[in-house]
Amino acid sequence: MLAQVDFVPVATPTVVWAGLVPLMVLGGGAVLLVMFRSVVKRLPTDYESWVTTALGPVTVVAAYVLGGVAGQDLPLSGVRSNVGDGWFYLGFLVVLAVSALLVWSLDIGLDTAFTVGVAVTTLSATWMLWGDRVMVDGAFNSIGEQLGVDGFSIVFTGIMAVAVGLTALLLDDYIEREGVGGVEMYVLLMLSAAGGVVMASANDLIVLFLGIETLSIAAYVLAAMHSKRLESLEAGLKYFVLGAFSSAFLLYGIAFVYGATGSTNLIAIRTFLDANTLTDDGMLLAGFGLMLVGLGFKVAAVPFHAWTPDVYQGAPTPVVAYMASAVKAAGFAALVRVFVVTFGAYRLDWQPAVYVLAILTLVTGSVLAVVQRDAKRMLAYSSISHAGFILVGVQAATSRGTAAVVFYALAYTFLVIGSFGVLTAVSGQGDRATTLEDLDGLADRRPALALAFTIFLLAQAGVPLTTGFVAKLEVIGAAVEAHSYWLALIAMLTATVSAFLYLRIVLAMYVGKSSEEALAAPRARIPTAVILVIGIAFVVTVGFGIIPDPIDQLARDAVPQLVASG
Amino acid sequence: MEVTTNWYLVLAILMFSIGAVGLMVRRNPLVMFMSVELMLNSVNITFVSLGTALNDVGGQIAVFFVLVVAAVEVVVGLALIVAINRRHPDADADDLSVLRG
Repeated sequence: MLAQVDFVPVATPTVVWAGLVPLMVLGGGAVLLVMFRSVVKRLPTDYESWVTTALGPVTVVAAYVLGGVAGQDLPLSGVRSNVGDGWFYLGFLVVLAVSALLVWSLDIGLDTAFTVGVAVTTLSATWMLWGDRVMVDGAFNSIGEQLGVDGFSIVFTGIMAVAVGLTALLLDDYIEREGVGGVEMYVLLMLSAAGGVVMASANDLIVLFLGIETLSIAAYVLAAMHSKRLESLEAGLKYFVLGAFSSAFLLYGIAFVYGATGSTNLIAIRTFLDANTLTDDGMLLAGFGLMLVGLGFKVAAVPFHAWTPDVYQGAPTPVVAYMASAVKAAGFAALVRVFVVTFGAYRLDWQPAVYVLAILTLVTGSVLAVVQRDAKRMLAYSSISHAGFILVGVQAATSRGTAAVVFYALAYTFLVIGSFGVLTAVSGQGDRATTLEDLDGLADRRPALALAFTIFLLAQAGVPLTTGFVAKLEVIGAAVEAHSYWLALIAMLTATVSAFLYLRIVLAMYVGKSSEEALAAPRARIPTAVILVIGIAFVVTVGFGIIPDPIDQLARDAVPQLVASG
Repeated sequence: MEVTTNWYLVLAILMFSIGAVGLMVRRNPLVMFMSVELMLNSVNITFVSLGTALNDVGGQIAVFFVLVVAAVEVVVGLALIVAINRRHPDADADDLSVLRG
């Protein structure tokens, strides 16, 4: 005998699929690639190169179609109606041919071509989401109130896609040269970036936590991927233990914020904090503190930076390029989303903490960088000092500060991938030749590489006519506007100190004498894909350093928003 | 004597502290993982007790996510330990000190 049950319909969230396209391309791409490679270990060599070349045009079509899904209309529909259908299709065919030619001339493997294709498709989808939806109709939520799509999350999705594409190009030759890893590195890269996208667009603290874990767990494995070097395994284990430690802190903070506000949803939390004044805010403040510790670990803010130098030195160099760009950017996206946007009403409570963190990070990062002997370790400390600069933008807690964070994250992504791209090329078999002695006299042996590295280092130091200068200017301007004069002053002083470290590397390359064995060693060919990565980074750094307005406008439009739906 | 929410919260704080201290003072990677588990489970207790106090099911749902993530973390961590032990039997966190600075 069945009792009569009143069926209550379960409330299902409204899903806007368009907003999910970048996430699904990255995640789905990873699943497709791993499924393909688990069935077909290796295609016969001829087929392999044919399929790889074919992936070029396939990417263009996928980017066009999925861009159309993400936007309201197919991409370039404005151009299409201007020039007429005939010319448009002709142009499309030319692009198809060029893409095939490009992939063929790059001489990359199938896995790399696929990953770069996924990155390009993601970029196309973010471009359409930006221009066709968010800039037209404003921000919206894609799954219930759990994932939001706004200018801010779209720009950070773009940063993830750029980092995945460029890192995949660096990995192509690295995997062959070192004889480690394989397709799993690309898969982990894409999955990790999908986690980063979730972090940048999370509208719920639990979703944010899931994003962080997806991003980090893949990164732990990537760091340990060079299984022939004990340093790499050690880096993986260290990163893992400290990462798990920090997630526990973050989670404990989430639990306290939940206890104080009654929800884990950012929209609900902000509504609650704006409408109510807590008589006893101890639990809320404890939550802020613990979350700041957790996120501080992810972005490597001092005193939570201890893992950074070891992990950066031990992990495979292309993976470090990814960690320094995408992982850090995602951490800052989460920091801005949670603290600046959601806890904005309580900014007087958390700003002092971020102020102190920023000062400690700036000073420690630049001072300790100077005494290092290994270029990767130096760049690790310099990445800590860059984190300090971005924290200065977070501390301002204004729209100008947020724009400065976006600008800095964008500029730094290209800078750091370019720098580690050069190190990938010079590190040699075994991924060891990264000490200052190894860089001695690089200008004689590799003039072009040395020049590119010099530009990247000068940009990191903040020399004018590079994006690094504009980024630092924006951040310090935001701090001054928020009346944090001392912080701005300290930021400028530490920039001078760290200029010393960058000049030390430059001096080694131009004044130092190459060692006997370095001169005797056969001149290894630098793969085209690595040259392409360094070239892209170079053009962006110098180009947008001279004309910063486009990125500047992009950063100002990238406003983080919490949209309450219905 | 009535057991209130605060009792559970204090228990969780104690567990979290034991875990955090354990992770910092112990050098065996396995014991360090156990400490992390202790920290995560103290968070679970916090979530459940706060959820009950708020009369909200969200706290209990959060626990499911935490459990799954904790399981995934342990899998990756153990895999790393196995990979290290294959190459360097009986290594612990102090022996692993190629990287210094």
